[in-house]
Amino acid sequence: MKAIDQVTIAFTSRSANEGFARTCAACFAAQLDPTLDEVADIKTAVSEAVTNAIVHAYPDCLGKIIMRLRLFDGGVMEIQVKDFGIGIPDVEQARTPLFTTGGEERSGMGFTIMESFMDGLKVRSQPGKGAAVTMRKRIARRTGASK
Amino acid sequence: MPITVTNRDSSLTITLSGEIDHHGAREMMTQLEDAIATRLPARLVLDMSGVTFMDSSGIAVLLRALRQMKQVGGSLRVSNIPAQARRVLDAAGVGRLITLD
Repeated sequence: MKAIDQVTIAFTSRSANEGFARTCAACFAAQLDPTLDEVADIKTAVSEAVTNAIVHAYPDCLGKIIMRLRLFDGGVMEIQVKDFGIGIPDVEQARTPLFTTGGEERSGMGFTIMESFMDGLKVRSQPGKGAAVTMRKRIARRTGASK
Repeated sequence: MPITVTNRDSSLTITLSGEIDHHGAREMMTQLEDAIATRLPARLVLDMSGVTFMDSSGIAVLLRALRQMKQVGGSLRVSNIPAQARRVLDAAGVGRLITLD
């Protein structure tokens, strides 16, 4: 399936960029005329994915994070957050609610929230090479909305 | 300052404001910890009316406050939860652990 629009943003794994990344995704989604709830869902899911990369992919250093936003026919938005860090040794375990290696500052609910706020979630990782989280959300066309 | 503290008798209301993400959560946790440790309230209310965004980092903040309140023998409730934060808390099932008004 060919994307009808695409934006790719590369940024450093500084926590200050969490807000930047979710605002970018929300701005990109705006062309689909989403509801406030849909925008909030996208911002929340992006915040979780980017925070994971910042906290877990690069625990002792700064690294590169690439966020790719794509738009497909039918109002489907895809968000991929990719890092080149240490990777996720066990993806299934990482996706388990309450599982975290981040200590008391993390809740272990990041993937659970991404799953419940988006319509699809794929996680790929190779230890030592990085991880990529790809999420999709269908933005419902509202009655009376212009094309 | 992301928190505002209001003391009345043995209850303490702390109003949280701004965006609660991983970037801001540590400072908020520290301020909450200090406020609880200083005032030792019997009842703590976290008023979220000023929160403009919250991700799962906010859950960790609330769970930490809950743990600390249990340590001092007090109770915790969370009030005035904006819609977006409520969806995050509901998705994570936080209502089973903390009283959400």
